[in-house]
Amino acid sequence: MTDVTPLLTAENVGFGYGRSRPVLADVSLAVAPGASLGLVGESGAGKTTLLRLLLGLEAPTAGVVRFDGGRLDVRDRRAMRRFRRAVQPVYQDPFSSLDPRMTVGRSIAEPLRSLQIEGDHRARVAELLAAVGLSAEAADRYPDAFSGGQRQRIAIARALAPRPRLLLADEPVSALDTSVRMTVIELLQRLAREQGIGFLLVSHDLTIVSALCERMAVLESGRIVEEGPTGSVLTAPAHPYTRRLIASVPRLPAV
Amino acid sequence: MTAAAMTGLLELAALSVRVGGPEPRTLVHGVDVSLAPGERLGIIGESGSGKSLTALAVLGLLPYPLVAGGSARIATPDGVVDVVGTPARRLDRVRGAIVSAVFQEPLASLDPLMRIGRQLEWPLRRHRGLRGDELRRAVLDALAEVQLAEPERIARSYIHEISGGQRQRVAIALALAADPQLLIADEPTTALDVTVQAGIIELLQREVTDRGMSLLFISHDLPVLAGIADRVLVMKDGRQVELGATAQILRAPADPYTAQLVAASRRLDEFLPVQGGAGAPDAAGAPGEEAGA
Repeated sequence: MTDVTPLLTAENVGFGYGRSRPVLADVSLAVAPGASLGLVGESGAGKTTLLRLLLGLEAPTAGVVRFDGGRLDVRDRRAMRRFRRAVQPVYQDPFSSLDPRMTVGRSIAEPLRSLQIEGDHRARVAELLAAVGLSAEAADRYPDAFSGGQRQRIAIARALAPRPRLLLADEPVSALDTSVRMTVIELLQRLAREQGIGFLLVSHDLTIVSALCERMAVLESGRIVEEGPTGSVLTAPAHPYTRRLIASVPRLPAV
Repeated sequence: MTAAAMTGLLELAALSVRVGGPEPRTLVHGVDVSLAPGERLGIIGESGSGKSLTALAVLGLLPYPLVAGGSARIATPDGVVDVVGTPARRLDRVRGAIVSAVFQEPLASLDPLMRIGRQLEWPLRRHRGLRGDELRRAVLDALAEVQLAEPERIARSYIHEISGGQRQRVAIALALAADPQLLIADEPTTALDVTVQAGIIELLQREVTDRGMSLLFISHDLPVLAGIADRVLVMKDGRQVELGATAQILRAPADPYTAQLVAASRRLDEFLPVQGGAGAPDAAGAPGEEAGA
């Protein structure tokens, strides 16, 4: 895996406002094609800021974000279009991430239009709905006809529309009920397995990271305090903060 | 007050919640459960299950145009009070002193414009009759009891000056100030980080044990509830679908919905390594509190 150019990297990335304590300091990480990395941390750790930098929505104040080896530059519109085809976001709240006035089909095809991807959009939408376990008729309905879990499937279908190589998911199941959460995790697992899509998953929830990510990094106060294969980090955490995080997760008693 | 005697502290019989007005609709259909002194009952349900409405009905705090039906009887030193049908004025003697509550969002029970110490003075004066130095000492004791470091500083602070976990501790101190016999905790840790949640749960457990209080803990999260409740009441779409001992519900859920919930929670839990396995963390350390807001 070492000789493969990582798809997305952060190299000694920092971000701050003025002279106050930086939100992120010296953050380095890499996601290889088809790989999955979980970024774990609690509120205020800098997860969302890091995600914004990795999505090219904001430029780091120190260090570099690279896509396919090249520096991510928001002003380079052609390169950014290529980037957006390859890297798509999935957000936490399926109620605010879909436009209530757009049919589901139109929402899902939106990245195809904005990225000027040619082809039969209607057929592609039907294919995407099937991939996320929804019927083709869903395309003609509006988001308010769907439950939270179904909306998150729709949001995932939209992210998949331009055939991305990497999904950047911000707490994709946190807003969902337990039984629905499990089904969305299974959907993401299947996408990784069958389509070889990579994940960079940002979450405070160790469960979903454990379910979906080969590697994990722990972010505390803007710094990565631990990084490694998910299984090893969870069973033998090296950093005291990681240990405290793991010990805090409520567990079901064995029966 | 009703004449019938009660053995428990709280008895819900066919407790329902309806929307009144021109298009009446029932949101909670007949909850039946009783709570013994010192018992910890959990209510679990997903969004829209009616679990929070049930809690509000027990507190007599249903917002207009919702109305409760059936009965929610509470044993008080002055006799039995049925919250359903008792005027708000009369419930003032029950709320706080007998039944108190903490909610998901601590800001809901805290005044942004009043220093924290002042907010705590109110129930301590009203229910415990404290004044002057005694009252000031009781405020600091109450803050220290919920394990807030530097109680003097917190007492002088406004709510926006402290973190989310600290706010929930203040809300708990406020709920406990009048020494209630029943604490209703409605998703008290849902908005908090997991390390902060662990500290709040530990605090609630200790307070409930030390004071011999009853606890009605409402959550959507089965692992959280399983660590707290002796018995679990399962709700779905406004209906009580199952009630049983926590261990029994986890081992052999009778209702298909409960079974599905237990199975999904179990599968999520199994993504994590076995507790107490190799490299298991030692003590969780001090309860996590992020500094300042």
